[in-house]
Amino acid sequence: MARYLLARLSGVVLILVLVCLFTFTVFFVLSPDPAVQICGKNCNPELIERIRGNLGLDEPLFTQFTTFLGGLFAGRAYGTGEGAVECAAPCLGYSFQSSQPVWEMITERLPVTVTVAVGAAVLWLLAGVVGGLVGALRQGTWWDRGAMVIALSGLSIPNYVFALVLQYVLVVELEWLPFPQAVTLADDPALWFQSYLMPWIVLAFAYASVYARLTRANVIDTLEENFVRTARAKGLPRGQVIRRHALRPALTPVATIFGMDFAGLLGGALITEKVFGINGVGKMTADAIGRNDQPVIMGVTLLAAAFVVVGNVVVDLVYTALDPRVRLTVA
Amino acid sequence: MTVLPTELEVVEKSAPPATAGGAPGGRSLRALVRDPGAALAGGYILLIVLMALFAPLIVRLSGWGPYEFDQQAIDPDLAGVPLGGWGGAGADHWFGVEPGSGRDIFARIVYGARVSMLIALSATALTTLLGVVLGMLAGYFGGRVDWVISRVMDFLMAFPALIFMIAILSALPAGNRSVMLVVVISLFGWPYLARVVRGQTMSLAQREFVEAARASGAGSATIVFREILPNLRSTIIVLTTLAVPGYIGTEAGLSFLGVGVVPPTPSWGQMIASSVNWYSVVPSYFAIPGAFLFLLVLSFTVLGDRLRAFLDPGGLR
Repeated sequence: MARYLLARLSGVVLILVLVCLFTFTVFFVLSPDPAVQICGKNCNPELIERIRGNLGLDEPLFTQFTTFLGGLFAGRAYGTGEGAVECAAPCLGYSFQSSQPVWEMITERLPVTVTVAVGAAVLWLLAGVVGGLVGALRQGTWWDRGAMVIALSGLSIPNYVFALVLQYVLVVELEWLPFPQAVTLADDPALWFQSYLMPWIVLAFAYASVYARLTRANVIDTLEENFVRTARAKGLPRGQVIRRHALRPALTPVATIFGMDFAGLLGGALITEKVFGINGVGKMTADAIGRNDQPVIMGVTLLAAAFVVVGNVVVDLVYTALDPRVRLTVA
Repeated sequence: MTVLPTELEVVEKSAPPATAGGAPGGRSLRALVRDPGAALAGGYILLIVLMALFAPLIVRLSGWGPYEFDQQAIDPDLAGVPLGGWGGAGADHWFGVEPGSGRDIFARIVYGARVSMLIALSATALTTLLGVVLGMLAGYFGGRVDWVISRVMDFLMAFPALIFMIAILSALPAGNRSVMLVVVISLFGWPYLARVVRGQTMSLAQREFVEAARASGAGSATIVFREILPNLRSTIIVLTTLAVPGYIGTEAGLSFLGVGVVPPTPSWGQMIASSVNWYSVVPSYFAIPGAFLFLLVLSFTVLGDRLRAFLDPGGLR
């Protein structure tokens, strides 16, 4: 176990460094000079030179990359002498727009994004697994067809279209819900719930559709397996066969993609947060795109990748607990 | 699952092998046409393709081009809300006009279909090329080639693709956006096809007919392209059909977020993005492109699902 963890962790570090290299290449090598963009309107060549010096953009690329990596893990200083700015680890740079440290901007908004992600995840797991089970156990009936038609529409409707339809119908026409507002659970629980309800539904619909189709296919496949036939041949009632024998192996793949999807969502639900004006990491990123605020986009890219990489490891560990057929091996 | 093609069939290449029950393409095609869901989906896709192809002719018929501003159709006193109900729809503007600018929505839908289809189909072509070639290389040669290609695939698939695409598109200097979209979408799209192609190539490479070809002196290139590739046909058809809706959605999503097709070029995603500020006043402005987009994605998904059911290539679930 310890050896496995060690091998796995070194793999994670390697991938994270590759991600950093990729992100660094995109934002510092391929993109137009960041110094020009920071410089803004009242710009002259001298000022650009000074900014380049402060950011270390005049150094060789490899040095820039190691400084960038160092900044992430140990912090770094911009500039030298009097005007130096200390950027504590993890240093993701400063927003072109607000000059706020990107890390601070992200941590401020992360709780909102986590709220969106957790609520949606609860909904989509419930709806997806139940829908898939109904489809598989009542295969060929109207229940099955109904569930799969809903899943098909969920797969096909772009989430911003669904978000707009929902907001138009529930808020503008029927007035059942208020416009989403930035309140905390402690301040006003009812309004908090109403504000997050639509983002949860919109996100959950798309994921639940995928999960319902996956669950249905897996359960149908598992019910044809030999160990299920054995259980049935022993004379166990159908309900017990499904609950005690079929459910676990059928749902293990669902757990796998759930880990990845949930981790990915922690990097921000860009479109959903943007449409509903929920002030999380996703909306911040969507706004940053509009203003070409590259440090923010870069920071969120790294964050999202880190979440997914860590999520992957967690999934693999949980997988062994869920599926006794899987043994951890050092590849 | 798959049926072993006899040596004779392989030599003659008369029937497409490796499909369930060896169903010839003609039969599954006829069954597909008789399936109402698949027929409807195919009909809608055909309609959109024709619309995209004949966009200039259609627009001449409807009277308004996609870039023409009709100031008569909007109310300057109300910030440019279209005159008349249903977003100003009527004989003059079939789907109404854009609030604020007065551009004809029908014309922009028609031209938007061009952009969406062109980008989605080009991206599909590029991903198919990359996915099939790299997947077959990894599966056939194995060893170090396989290791390198597989690691690259793992790396690309392990990440939230949307945010990476945004990162690249927002950092690159402005240029030909459509080409950039195709390249970026393909960059993150090919591993999904390549993974399946790799697996199937690995098992096909063990088959007797490949051994026979090798024994009769065929080179690697001949074996890969003349023996293995034809057997992958149904897999490739199904997977590409199922990939198209994803690419349509991705293009629309990226355009919605402002890193895709640049205005004034019309794109469905971008139309929906600009309708966000108007959705409570002029709901038809988001409803029309939204419905077109939804139906197109739905149609490709339904068609892909049905194709999979009819052709049933192994190992796709």
